[in-house]
Amino acid sequence: MSAAVFFVVGATHHTTPLAVREKLALGAEAEAAFHAELAALPGVREIALLNTCNRVEFYGVGAEPGAAARVQAAFCARQQFATAEFDKFRLNLSGRDAVQHLLAVAAGLDSQIVGETEIFGQVKEAYAAAQARRSTGPVLNRVFQKVFQAAKHVRTHTQIAVGQVSVANVAVELALNVFGSLSAARVLLLGAGEMGEKTGRAFKSRGVSTLTVASRRLGRAMELATQLGAAALPFEQGEVRLAEFDVVVCSTAAPIAVVPVAAAAAAMKKRPARPLLFIDLALPRDVDPAVAELENVFLFDLDDLAAIAEKNRGAREAEVARCRSLLAQRADLLWQQVEPRLSSGAPADPRPPLLRSGPGFADGSPRPGG
Amino acid sequence: MYVLIAVGYALQLAGLSQRGREVGSCPLGNTFEIVQFTAWSAISLYLVVGVTFRSSILGYFTASLAAALTLVSLALPAWDGPQRRSLFGGNPWIEFHAALAVFSYGVFGLLALTSLLFLLRHYSLKSKRLGGWFSFLPSIFDLDHIGVRLLGFGVILLGASLAVGSVYWLRDTAAVTTAKLLTAAVWVAYATALGLRLRGRLLAKRFAWTCVALFAAALASLGPVDSGRRPPPPVRTTADLGSPPQ
Repeated sequence: MSAAVFFVVGATHHTTPLAVREKLALGAEAEAAFHAELAALPGVREIALLNTCNRVEFYGVGAEPGAAARVQAAFCARQQFATAEFDKFRLNLSGRDAVQHLLAVAAGLDSQIVGETEIFGQVKEAYAAAQARRSTGPVLNRVFQKVFQAAKHVRTHTQIAVGQVSVANVAVELALNVFGSLSAARVLLLGAGEMGEKTGRAFKSRGVSTLTVASRRLGRAMELATQLGAAALPFEQGEVRLAEFDVVVCSTAAPIAVVPVAAAAAAMKKRPARPLLFIDLALPRDVDPAVAELENVFLFDLDDLAAIAEKNRGAREAEVARCRSLLAQRADLLWQQVEPRLSSGAPADPRPPLLRSGPGFADGSPRPGG
Repeated sequence: MYVLIAVGYALQLAGLSQRGREVGSCPLGNTFEIVQFTAWSAISLYLVVGVTFRSSILGYFTASLAAALTLVSLALPAWDGPQRRSLFGGNPWIEFHAALAVFSYGVFGLLALTSLLFLLRHYSLKSKRLGGWFSFLPSIFDLDHIGVRLLGFGVILLGASLAVGSVYWLRDTAAVTTAKLLTAAVWVAYATALGLRLRGRLLAKRFAWTCVALFAAALASLGPVDSGRRPPPPVRTTADLGSPPQ
């Protein structure tokens, strides 16, 4: 009886170009069906699928070392992708290395934006989906649960997730520095382009209730306002009603400043005690730089935001080595717990009964309750 | 940190209580006691304000202020001179007046700290330095909000203290010394700052600097106030408060 193997096989943004990742991406329905297909593969005892825009990874426990290759072959066949071609990009780790990789992924160390937190939720969702489909067992359960604890520990005890690294999120962070809570803050988007949209979404996700979009193209303003659950205004009104807002995000394509000092000063006369924050994402700039000299007015332009994001990114990068060292210790401990379970010898097919008979999975449909 | 501050607060309260029992009155008989009471007042307020605004950085500052005041008062034995047991003439209203006044100084101390934090946050936003130590500062809006509330509270407390004291001063105009006038001037200055702030005439950085400067002035006035005190004339009963002599 040979020892079972804990493995990960897949493709990630590190080695796989975007065009290839597009071909390998699995839709939600395809993911569920393929998951069932994998679980029914001979020699695959446990399986979980992590499918995000930056990675498709299969974490599994195989009865013997060939299981990972069978998973890869099944995936390539499903995606109609040449196995030899896949070999050029693939990630294939086993044992302790696979454990350490999952730890790094969950902690955000393996992400395109180091330290981002979204991946942690995606790993949790992947595990929950695998559990619901009854394709996890003693090894994957142990590994994933311990990985979540370790990832939380790293986030809490290092600076890896401190500071925002995207311009839109930095803008929100600045608003938090000025207003504390954003629930009562009134935000105006001057311009309804891509930058304005991203920043609007970031503000919305942080609890802003009063969001208004003003654009020279009123139709576009209304369209974006509908998407964001905001109000729309003709551009000229946005300029006139400046005093009604606490945060003004400017991203127009205007060739000259659309917020001159006089307009900002007039707005402040109507609200002298309440701070006014300008986030100028436009190039050329929408807000006259002299506005920054006004009392109780704070102005940040694209360069300022990019500098803050870059600084935060640098701070995160500086923490990577420390995080990896922490995770290596955790990987050692976890592997000490998992390895005996793999090598102690397992029954011919130790999967839960629902996985063995297979009809529900064989046709690709989820199991009851899954 | 909150627990540590609370423990220190309880120990200081125990110390003040012990001193109060020894002297038979509110422990405000000399500079040492006044400084100790001011530190205790500032912490009392932080324990309320800090929870409300979840401002841990304010806790660091308040604890530092209280520690500094306490250590300085302990390091200067001259401040803890012989007790003037008859300081309040056994009159609880005078004690109340003094306690309120010192407590209001604690409020103004916390206001000065909040104002310093405001100035730091203002600097960080204007100079676009938001990382490192600055990232722990509360928002500028919250700091301004706390400042206005503390100022209002301090003005009310010191005003009430002066109102209680004035009942006696009106009966004994000779007791109205320069020291008392200084305290009244402190109140007028703070009340003026509050009025200007509420009318939108004194805002943001200028408001914060004013609060810091006023506290420095208030602290400077403590010396003359303390040295200029003399025991008030004996008052027969507290019931006399309602019917001052014609």
